Amino acid sequence: MDAESAKLLGAGLAAVGAGLASLGVGNVFAKFLEGALRNPGAADGQQGRLFIGFAAAELLGLLSFVVAMILIFVA
Amino acid sequence: MRVAEGKVDPVHQFTIETLFGTDHWSIGGYNIAFTNSSLWMAITTVVLLVFVAGGAKRELVPGRWQMAVEGLTGFVDNLLQANIGKAGRKYLPYVFSLFGFILFANMLGLLPLALVGVHPFTATSHFTVTGVLAVMSFAIVLGVGFAKHGLHFFSLFVPHGTPVPMIPIIFPIELISFMVRPFSLGLRLFVAMMAGHVLLEVLSGFVISGTNAGVGTFFLAAVPSFVLMIGICALELLVAGIQAYVFALLTCVYLNDAENLH
Repeated sequence: MDAESAKLLGAGLAAVGAGLASLGVGNVFAKFLEGALRNPGAADGQQGRLFIGFAAAELLGLLSFVVAMILIFVA
Repeated sequence: MRVAEGKVDPVHQFTIETLFGTDHWSIGGYNIAFTNSSLWMAITTVVLLVFVAGGAKRELVPGRWQMAVEGLTGFVDNLLQANIGKAGRKYLPYVFSLFGFILFANMLGLLPLALVGVHPFTATSHFTVTGVLAVMSFAIVLGVGFAKHGLHFFSLFVPHGTPVPMIPIIFPIELISFMVRPFSLGLRLFVAMMAGHVLLEVLSGFVISGTNAGVGTFFLAAVPSFVLMIGICALELLVAGIQAYVFALLTCVYLNDAENLH
Protein backbone atom coordinates (compact mmCIF):
# COMPACT_ATOMS: atom_id res chain seq x y z
CA MET A 1 0.00 0.00 0.00
CA ASP A 2 1.44 3.39 -0.90
CA ALA A 3 1.54 6.30 1.53
CA GLU A 4 -1.22 8.29 -0.17
CA SER A 5 -3.84 5.55 0.14
CA ALA A 6 -2.74 4.80 3.71
CA LYS A 7 -3.39 8.46 4.54
CA LEU A 8 -6.89 8.34 3.08
CA LEU A 9 -7.63 5.08 4.90
CA GLY A 10 -6.47 6.67 8.15
CA ALA A 11 -8.72 9.66 7.51
CA GLY A 12 -11.64 7.30 6.96
CA LEU A 13 -10.85 5.45 10.18
CA ALA A 14 -10.81 8.79 12.03
CA ALA A 15 -14.48 9.15 11.08
CA VAL A 16 -15.18 6.25 13.49
CA GLY A 17 -14.13 8.61 16.27
CA ALA A 18 -16.55 11.28 15.07
CA GLY A 19 -19.36 8.73 14.99
CA LEU A 20 -18.61 7.53 18.52
CA ALA A 21 -18.51 11.11 19.78
CA SER A 22 -22.03 11.54 18.38
CA LEU A 23 -23.10 8.67 20.68
CA GLY A 24 -21.51 10.57 23.55
CA VAL A 25 -23.26 13.84 22.70
CA GLY A 26 -26.57 12.01 22.35
CA ASN A 27 -26.00 10.37 25.71
CA VAL A 28 -25.34 13.73 27.38
CA PHE A 29 -28.64 15.18 26.18
CA ALA A 30 -30.59 11.95 26.74
CA LYS A 31 -29.51 11.71 30.36
CA PHE A 32 -30.21 15.39 30.88
CA LEU A 33 -33.75 15.03 29.52
CA GLU A 34 -34.29 11.91 31.60
CA GLY A 35 -33.31 13.78 34.74
CA ALA A 36 -35.11 16.97 33.71
CA LEU A 37 -38.43 15.16 33.22
CA ARG A 38 -38.15 13.64 36.68
CA ASN A 39 -37.45 16.98 38.32
CA PRO A 40 -38.34 19.83 35.96
CA GLY A 41 -37.86 22.41 38.69
CA ALA A 42 -34.13 21.71 38.96
CA ALA A 43 -33.56 21.42 35.20
CA ASP A 44 -32.98 25.09 34.35
CA GLY A 45 -30.24 25.46 36.94
CA GLN A 46 -28.24 22.64 35.40
CA GLN A 47 -28.11 23.92 31.83
CA GLY A 48 -24.60 25.26 32.28
CA ARG A 49 -23.36 21.83 33.33
CA LEU A 50 -25.29 20.28 30.43
CA PHE A 51 -23.37 22.40 27.95
CA ILE A 52 -20.03 21.78 29.67
CA GLY A 53 -20.66 18.04 29.28
CA PHE A 54 -21.76 18.57 25.70
CA ALA A 55 -18.62 20.60 24.94
CA ALA A 56 -16.33 17.99 26.46
CA ALA A 57 -17.97 15.13 24.54
CA GLU A 58 -18.09 17.09 21.31
CA LEU A 59 -14.44 18.15 21.51
CA LEU A 60 -13.25 14.55 21.24
CA GLY A 61 -15.29 14.02 18.08
CA LEU A 62 -13.98 17.27 16.62
CA LEU A 63 -10.42 16.15 17.40
CA SER A 64 -10.93 13.06 15.25
CA PHE A 65 -12.18 15.34 12.49
CA VAL A 66 -8.98 17.39 12.87
CA VAL A 67 -6.95 14.18 12.57
CA ALA A 68 -8.77 13.34 9.34
CA MET A 69 -8.25 16.85 7.94
CA ILE A 70 -4.54 16.78 8.85
CA LEU A 71 -4.14 13.40 7.16
CA ILE A 72 -5.84 14.56 3.97
CA PHE A 73 -4.54 18.11 3.59
CA VAL A 74 -1.40 18.51 5.70
CA ALA A 75 0.47 15.25 6.16
CA MET B 1 -14.31 27.42 -6.93
CA ARG B 2 -14.04 24.64 -9.46
CA VAL B 3 -10.95 22.53 -9.84
CA ALA B 4 -10.13 19.88 -12.42
CA GLU B 5 -12.54 16.93 -12.84
CA GLY B 6 -15.49 19.30 -12.31
CA LYS B 7 -15.45 18.84 -8.53
CA VAL B 8 -16.13 21.57 -5.96
CA ASP B 9 -13.10 22.14 -3.76
CA PRO B 10 -14.48 22.14 -0.19
CA VAL B 11 -11.62 24.07 1.41
CA HIS B 12 -11.37 26.84 -1.18
CA GLN B 13 -13.82 28.93 0.88
CA PHE B 14 -11.23 29.28 3.65
CA THR B 15 -8.60 30.89 1.43
CA ILE B 16 -7.23 34.15 2.78
CA GLU B 17 -7.09 36.77 0.04
CA THR B 18 -5.34 40.10 0.26
CA LEU B 19 -7.84 42.86 -0.42
CA PHE B 20 -5.50 45.84 -0.24
CA GLY B 21 -1.91 46.09 0.73
CA THR B 22 0.88 43.91 -0.54
CA ASP B 23 3.24 41.26 0.71
CA HIS B 24 5.69 44.02 1.59
CA TRP B 25 3.47 45.39 4.36
CA SER B 26 5.05 43.54 7.22
CA ILE B 27 5.86 44.06 10.87
CA GLY B 28 8.45 41.76 12.41
CA GLY B 29 8.26 39.41 9.45
CA TYR B 30 4.45 39.09 9.59
CA ASN B 31 2.35 40.32 6.74
CA ILE B 32 -0.23 42.88 7.86
CA ALA B 33 -2.07 43.46 4.57
CA PHE B 34 -5.86 43.86 4.88
CA THR B 35 -7.39 40.48 3.99
CA ASN B 36 -10.93 39.16 3.57
CA SER B 37 -10.63 37.77 7.11
CA SER B 38 -9.89 41.24 8.47
CA LEU B 39 -12.74 42.65 6.40
CA TRP B 40 -15.28 40.19 7.84
CA MET B 41 -14.01 40.73 11.38
CA ALA B 42 -14.43 44.47 10.84
CA ILE B 43 -17.95 43.90 9.47
CA THR B 44 -18.75 41.72 12.50
CA THR B 45 -17.55 44.44 14.87
CA VAL B 46 -19.56 47.13 13.07
CA VAL B 47 -22.74 45.00 13.03
CA LEU B 48 -22.33 44.22 16.74
CA LEU B 49 -21.73 47.89 17.56
CA VAL B 50 -24.74 49.01 15.53
CA PHE B 51 -26.90 46.31 17.14
CA VAL B 52 -25.93 47.30 20.68
CA ALA B 53 -25.95 51.08 20.01
CA GLY B 54 -29.40 50.88 18.41
CA GLY B 55 -30.83 49.21 21.51
CA ALA B 56 -29.05 51.16 24.23
CA LYS B 57 -31.86 53.67 24.72
CA ARG B 58 -32.66 53.31 28.46
CA GLU B 59 -36.37 53.73 27.86
CA LEU B 60 -38.70 52.69 30.66
CA VAL B 61 -40.92 50.75 28.26
CA PRO B 62 -38.43 49.06 25.91
CA GLY B 63 -39.15 48.59 22.25
CA ARG B 64 -38.35 45.43 20.31
CA TRP B 65 -34.77 46.36 19.53
CA GLN B 66 -33.99 47.40 23.09
CA MET B 67 -35.54 44.15 24.34
CA ALA B 68 -33.29 42.15 22.02
CA VAL B 69 -30.15 43.90 23.28
CA GLU B 70 -31.27 43.68 26.91
CA GLY B 71 -32.01 39.99 26.41
CA LEU B 72 -28.50 39.38 25.12
CA THR B 73 -26.73 41.37 27.86
CA GLY B 74 -29.00 39.88 30.51
CA PHE B 75 -28.21 36.40 29.23
CA VAL B 76 -24.45 36.95 29.57
CA ASP B 77 -24.96 38.62 32.96
CA ASN B 78 -26.92 35.57 34.20
CA LEU B 79 -24.19 33.29 32.87
CA LEU B 80 -21.56 35.16 34.90
CA GLN B 81 -23.76 35.33 38.02
CA ALA B 82 -24.46 31.59 37.89
CA ASN B 83 -20.83 30.56 37.33
CA ILE B 84 -18.76 33.11 39.26
CA GLY B 85 -21.21 34.84 41.57
CA LYS B 86 -21.18 38.52 42.53
CA ALA B 87 -17.51 38.93 41.61
CA GLY B 88 -18.36 37.97 38.02
CA ARG B 89 -19.96 41.34 37.25
CA LYS B 90 -16.65 43.00 36.37
CA TYR B 91 -16.05 40.51 33.56
CA LEU B 92 -19.37 41.36 31.86
CA PRO B 93 -17.85 43.73 29.23
CA TYR B 94 -15.22 41.19 28.21
CA VAL B 95 -17.46 38.12 28.12
CA PHE B 96 -20.24 40.03 26.36
CA SER B 97 -17.84 41.28 23.66
CA LEU B 98 -16.46 37.76 23.25
CA PHE B 99 -19.91 36.16 23.04
CA GLY B 100 -21.27 38.86 20.74
CA PHE B 101 -18.27 38.80 18.42
CA ILE B 102 -18.23 35.01 18.06
CA LEU B 103 -22.01 34.79 17.65
CA PHE B 104 -22.13 37.52 15.00
CA ALA B 105 -19.04 36.20 13.18
CA ASN B 106 -20.56 32.70 13.03
CA MET B 107 -23.94 33.99 11.87
CA LEU B 108 -22.53 36.41 9.26
CA GLY B 109 -20.46 33.59 7.78
CA LEU B 110 -23.67 31.61 7.20
CA LEU B 111 -25.56 34.37 5.38
CA PRO B 112 -26.53 33.37 1.81
CA LEU B 113 -24.81 36.45 0.40
CA ALA B 114 -23.46 34.45 -2.54
CA LEU B 115 -26.91 35.01 -4.11
CA VAL B 116 -25.90 38.63 -4.70
CA GLY B 117 -22.33 37.75 -5.62
CA VAL B 118 -20.59 38.45 -2.30
CA HIS B 119 -18.77 35.54 -0.75
CA PRO B 120 -19.19 35.50 3.01
CA PHE B 121 -16.15 34.49 5.02
CA THR B 122 -16.36 32.97 8.49
CA ALA B 123 -13.56 34.60 10.49
CA THR B 124 -14.02 32.01 13.27
CA SER B 125 -13.20 29.15 10.90
CA HIS B 126 -9.49 29.90 11.23
CA PHE B 127 -7.44 28.69 14.15
CA THR B 128 -5.42 31.91 14.20
CA VAL B 129 -8.55 33.91 15.06
CA THR B 130 -10.11 31.50 17.57
CA GLY B 131 -6.69 30.73 19.03
CA VAL B 132 -6.07 34.41 19.75
CA LEU B 133 -9.52 34.69 21.38
CA ALA B 134 -8.75 31.61 23.51
CA VAL B 135 -5.31 32.88 24.49
CA MET B 136 -6.91 36.20 25.46
CA SER B 137 -9.31 34.39 27.82
CA PHE B 138 -6.48 32.27 29.19
CA ALA B 139 -4.27 35.33 29.76
CA ILE B 140 -7.07 37.03 31.72
CA VAL B 141 -7.50 33.88 33.82
CA LEU B 142 -3.76 33.78 34.58
CA GLY B 143 -3.59 37.53 35.26
CA VAL B 144 -6.59 37.52 37.60
CA GLY B 145 -5.43 34.33 39.32
CA PHE B 146 -1.91 35.53 40.07
CA ALA B 147 -2.99 39.10 40.93
CA LYS B 148 -5.65 37.91 43.35
CA HIS B 149 -4.06 34.85 44.96
CA GLY B 150 -0.34 35.29 44.25
CA LEU B 151 1.58 32.04 44.31
CA HIS B 152 -1.34 30.50 46.21
CA PHE B 153 -2.92 30.21 42.73
CA PHE B 154 -0.91 27.00 42.28
CA SER B 155 -3.18 25.34 44.84
CA LEU B 156 -5.60 25.13 41.87
CA PHE B 157 -3.57 22.10 40.77
CA VAL B 158 -4.00 20.30 44.08
CA PRO B 159 -7.74 19.97 44.75
CA HIS B 160 -8.81 20.47 48.34
CA GLY B 161 -8.57 17.26 50.38
CA THR B 162 -6.13 15.39 48.13
CA PRO B 163 -4.24 12.73 50.17
CA VAL B 164 -0.52 13.54 50.35
CA PRO B 165 0.69 10.37 48.54
CA MET B 166 -1.59 11.26 45.61
CA ILE B 167 -0.20 14.79 45.14
CA PRO B 168 2.72 13.82 42.81
CA ILE B 169 0.19 12.11 40.53
CA ILE B 170 -2.64 14.64 40.74
CA PHE B 171 -0.44 17.72 40.25
CA PRO B 172 0.84 16.91 36.72
CA ILE B 173 -2.59 15.75 35.60
CA GLU B 174 -4.25 18.96 36.80
CA LEU B 175 -1.41 21.03 35.34
CA ILE B 176 -1.78 19.42 31.91
CA SER B 177 -5.56 19.78 31.97
CA PHE B 178 -5.07 23.46 32.82
CA MET B 179 -2.43 24.13 30.17
CA VAL B 180 -4.44 22.42 27.43
CA ARG B 181 -7.44 24.74 28.00
CA PRO B 182 -6.55 27.48 25.49
CA PHE B 183 -6.00 24.85 22.79
CA SER B 184 -9.24 22.99 23.43
CA LEU B 185 -11.15 26.29 23.66
CA GLY B 186 -9.85 27.64 20.36
CA LEU B 187 -9.83 24.29 18.57
CA ARG B 188 -13.47 23.52 19.42
CA LEU B 189 -14.84 26.71 17.87
CA PHE B 190 -12.54 26.54 14.84
CA VAL B 191 -13.27 22.89 14.02
CA ALA B 192 -17.01 23.14 14.62
CA MET B 193 -17.21 26.07 12.21
CA MET B 194 -14.89 24.55 9.62
CA ALA B 195 -16.57 21.12 9.70
CA GLY B 196 -20.01 22.64 9.08
CA HIS B 197 -18.84 24.74 6.15
CA VAL B 198 -16.91 21.84 4.58
CA LEU B 199 -20.00 19.63 4.93
CA LEU B 200 -22.22 22.22 3.22
CA GLU B 201 -19.67 22.63 0.43
CA VAL B 202 -19.37 18.86 -0.12
CA LEU B 203 -23.16 18.56 -0.32
CA SER B 204 -23.35 21.46 -2.77
CA GLY B 205 -20.74 19.61 -4.83
CA PHE B 206 -23.11 16.60 -4.91
CA VAL B 207 -25.95 18.85 -6.06
CA ILE B 208 -23.88 20.42 -8.86
CA SER B 209 -22.31 17.26 -10.23
CA GLY B 210 -25.54 15.26 -9.75
CA THR B 211 -27.49 17.82 -11.77
CA ASN B 212 -24.88 17.94 -14.51
CA ALA B 213 -24.70 14.16 -14.86
CA GLY B 214 -28.28 13.61 -16.01
CA VAL B 215 -31.91 13.17 -14.97
CA GLY B 216 -31.35 9.91 -13.06
CA THR B 217 -28.66 11.26 -10.78
CA PHE B 218 -30.58 14.54 -10.44
CA PHE B 219 -33.45 12.79 -8.67
CA LEU B 220 -31.28 10.15 -6.99
CA ALA B 221 -28.44 12.33 -5.66
CA ALA B 222 -28.98 16.05 -6.23
CA VAL B 223 -32.49 16.45 -4.79
CA PRO B 224 -31.85 14.47 -1.55
CA SER B 225 -28.54 16.33 -1.09
CA PHE B 226 -30.29 19.64 -1.49
CA VAL B 227 -32.96 18.70 1.06
CA LEU B 228 -30.20 17.57 3.43
CA MET B 229 -28.39 20.89 2.87
CA ILE B 230 -31.42 22.82 4.08
CA GLY B 231 -31.51 20.69 7.23
CA ILE B 232 -27.77 21.06 7.78
CA CYS B 233 -28.12 24.85 7.37
CA ALA B 234 -30.63 24.90 10.24
CA LEU B 235 -28.27 22.73 12.27
CA GLU B 236 -25.41 25.11 11.48
CA LEU B 237 -27.43 28.05 12.83
CA LEU B 238 -27.90 26.05 16.05
CA VAL B 239 -24.19 25.15 16.16
CA ALA B 240 -23.22 28.80 15.59
CA GLY B 241 -25.25 29.79 18.65
CA ILE B 242 -24.15 26.84 20.78
CA GLN B 243 -20.44 27.29 20.03
CA ALA B 244 -20.58 30.99 20.94
CA TYR B 245 -22.42 30.05 24.13
CA VAL B 246 -19.96 27.26 24.97
CA PHE B 247 -16.98 29.58 24.42
CA ALA B 248 -18.48 32.19 26.76
CA LEU B 249 -19.54 29.52 29.27
CA LEU B 250 -16.11 27.88 29.44
CA THR B 251 -14.48 31.31 29.77
CA CYS B 252 -16.78 31.89 32.76
CA VAL B 253 -15.89 28.50 34.27
CA TYR B 254 -12.16 29.19 33.88
CA LEU B 255 -12.56 32.70 35.30
CA ASN B 256 -14.36 31.13 38.26
CA ASP B 257 -11.28 28.97 38.92
CA ALA B 258 -9.12 32.10 38.92
CA GLU B 259 -11.53 34.11 41.03
CA ASN B 260 -12.49 31.55 43.68
CA LEU B 261 -9.88 28.77 43.29
CA HIS B 262 -11.42 25.37 43.98
